[in-house]
Amino acid sequence: MLAVGLPHFLVVGALLFAFGAYCVTTRKNAVGILMGVELILNAANVNFVAFGHYAWGGIHGQAFALFVIVLAAAEAAVGLAIILTLYHHFKSIDVTRAERLRD
Amino acid sequence: MPHTVEILWAWLIPAFPALGAFVNAAFGKRLQDRFGKAIVHAIAVGAMLAATAVAWSYFALLLGQPPEDRYLHDLVWHLFAAGSLRVDLAFALDPLSMMMTLIVTNVATLIHIFSIGYMAEEPAYWRFFSYLNLFVFSMLLLVMGSNFVLMFFGWEGVGLCSYLLISFWYTDLDKAKAGMKAFVVNRFGDFAFVIGLFALLWGLGGSWTTTKAGGLGLRDVYEASPLYVPFHDGATAAEAEALTPMRSGVAVGPTVDFRELREEILTPGTGVLQHLKGATIFGFPLIAFVCILFFAGATGKSAQIPLYVWLPDAMAGPTPVSALIHAATMVTAGVYMVARLNFLFALSPAAMTVVAVIGTLTAIFAASIGLFQVDIKKVLAYSTVSQLGYMFMGVGVGAYWAGCYHLLTHAFFKACLFLGSGSVILACHHEQDMRKMGGLKDHTPITRWTYAAACVAISGFPVMSGFFSKDEILWKTFTTQNLSAPWIGPVLWFVGLVAAGGTSFYMWRSYYLTFWSGEYRGASHDDHGAHAVAAAHDDHAAAAHGADDAHGGHAAHGDAHGHGHTPHESPAVMTYVLIVLAAGAFFASFLGLPKAWGFDPVLERFLEPVTGASAAFVHFAEPGKALEFVFMLISVGVATVGWLFAAWLYRSGENPAPALWLARYAGIHRVVFNKYYVDEIYAATVVRAGMVIKDLAYWFDQNVIDRAVNFAAWIVRFVANVDGAIDKYLVDGLVNLVAELTLAFGRGFRKLQTGRLENYLVGALAGALVFVAVNYLIH
Repeated sequence: MLAVGLPHFLVVGALLFAFGAYCVTTRKNAVGILMGVELILNAANVNFVAFGHYAWGGIHGQAFALFVIVLAAAEAAVGLAIILTLYHHFKSIDVTRAERLRD
Repeated sequence: MPHTVEILWAWLIPAFPALGAFVNAAFGKRLQDRFGKAIVHAIAVGAMLAATAVAWSYFALLLGQPPEDRYLHDLVWHLFAAGSLRVDLAFALDPLSMMMTLIVTNVATLIHIFSIGYMAEEPAYWRFFSYLNLFVFSMLLLVMGSNFVLMFFGWEGVGLCSYLLISFWYTDLDKAKAGMKAFVVNRFGDFAFVIGLFALLWGLGGSWTTTKAGGLGLRDVYEASPLYVPFHDGATAAEAEALTPMRSGVAVGPTVDFRELREEILTPGTGVLQHLKGATIFGFPLIAFVCILFFAGATGKSAQIPLYVWLPDAMAGPTPVSALIHAATMVTAGVYMVARLNFLFALSPAAMTVVAVIGTLTAIFAASIGLFQVDIKKVLAYSTVSQLGYMFMGVGVGAYWAGCYHLLTHAFFKACLFLGSGSVILACHHEQDMRKMGGLKDHTPITRWTYAAACVAISGFPVMSGFFSKDEILWKTFTTQNLSAPWIGPVLWFVGLVAAGGTSFYMWRSYYLTFWSGEYRGASHDDHGAHAVAAAHDDHAAAAHGADDAHGGHAAHGDAHGHGHTPHESPAVMTYVLIVLAAGAFFASFLGLPKAWGFDPVLERFLEPVTGASAAFVHFAEPGKALEFVFMLISVGVATVGWLFAAWLYRSGENPAPALWLARYAGIHRVVFNKYYVDEIYAATVVRAGMVIKDLAYWFDQNVIDRAVNFAAWIVRFVANVDGAIDKYLVDGLVNLVAELTLAFGRGFRKLQTGRLENYLVGALAGALVFVAVNYLIH
């Protein structure tokens, strides 16, 4: 009988992280990168909640997940602002255009 | 020690000519260009007159002293001191140097005045007078210096000035060569002089190594005196004096001062005399060695065999220079030196014999060459050599005052002859060949009479001074007992007598050829090319006359008669000088009227404080007055024969005998006329040897020294190259390597900053994974 336990959550979390990381590293679209970041953050959320439920008990995990959601919102706001400025500057949101920053 | 009179201003006597020489040398050309020639000779003659005036004033002071105190000493400053040796810049005027100073200043002043006329056409007038002044300065140092060092300074100075003056017209190669010859020949003598001086100092107690062979060494004599004190810086005269050992109240040991030397040798009980007599050097008696070397120095300066060769060639210089060198100054230096060191020479009969024999040989040798010369100045040059031989005869046989007396009379009559010949040469438009003169007695009366008077003096007739001095020398030569063997004296006397006859002949020959013997033969200038010297002089004359025309004529060459055809008398500035000198040659007689006539020779008394130093060592026989009168008659007879013979041959100019004999004895004539080929022999031996040495030295220079130098340079270059390579490749390489590495490092790491977000993210993730992995593994 298949009982859903901690490992299943962790696998989901790991997959989410992997997709997110892949998305972040391969996308050229700035909004896509931001979405990948969201996936990574949510992978962490899944882990927090799963560990909170199975390993420690209490509400520590859920509380951290809330903080992360708030953080993600703030991050999305800042990230979008940067993307807007980028667009304003390069008339595009392709991050490869921002290579010139290295100079 | 006799009393010494300290004086303050004797240094002015040489200082005036030195100042004159300096002013004319430094500013003469500008002064001459701006103010004319008068300012130049005003400076030179003014300096001479001032020096002469000072000299006379000190002569008065000297005469005011009692004879034994006649020693004026002027210490200017201490030059230096080394151990107990002290060298001063000090002047001493004793009767001998006073006499020399008066001769030098007075005769030189007259010659300066004569030069005003003679050199009037010379463009480098200032240079000439500057040299003349310098010459007089050197000569005054020579005669007035109180020690060997100053004497040697003057000794070298006159050598230098003779070089400058003989080659005064230096663009003429022959004259430049004559000057160089005089200088080089003199160097031989100077070398001997210096060696003699060193040997003397060595013998006087710088002899810390010689106490063996001779038995009595100075170290024994002076007991434990610190004779040898090494030289150290800052040694003072007082220190030197403190180191000087005293014996019998006299400072002994090495000294360069004539007076001190004389005192330590002559004072009884010092032991120096005994030591010097016993001392030997290379087995040779020291005193003879020293004296012969000093005399060798004198043969150079005073033109004796074997170093006389420079003097006839010195005729290349302007005629007043010939007069200055031959009469008043340079050539008398050797005689003065021997007379000054009479106490040393008298100690060694061998040295005395050498001096007397060389003097006599020179007298006859030069007189024989003089018989056939045709250049009037050459005749006079050889007569000077011959007369100097007489002086050395005098000082050589121990008759020091007679030698000095002949020096004095010779200064007058030879200056008169030379300046007379200068006047003749000017009259004949720079012609020196007597065959092209003749008949000048009507054209140049003053020159003729003064020349005749000087001829009377030199040939030895008892109306002029030359007789008294020469006869005194011959008489003393006959009676001397100071030579190595008793028969030498009479032999020398006979040779000297023959030379006197020769002198009389060639002087009167020159007189008759020049002033008599028919009409003037120089009117046509066609055959001048025949004689090289004559041609050279003619060129000079032509140049001078060109300058003369440009300047609009001058006194000596009045234009009334046109140039180059009629001889003319010289200007007054020259003839007055001739008259003064002829008068001097006459009045000098009164200084030495002989004892046989019942006089007491003034000069002998005057010089006694100096010559008396050797009185104890020199002796003369006293064969009586009758014999002396006989000898005087013989002398006069010989002179008369020479005179009459010359008159017979040359007076009319029509006697065919000279030409006939010339043809018959052409071989002998050629040998004598060419001066016995002595110059050629010297050229083949001494000069050639010198050239061989020169070539060897040159070869050595080229092949050994140059190669060594080049090799050293090569080594240095090699080391430098190696050093450079190390720098370039090793040191620079290291530095560059560091720089390159840094650069490559920077370039490599620069690539990390791609600016691509994904790269950064991959990096961050990879870093996180590595961190996790490491964390896991370490667990």
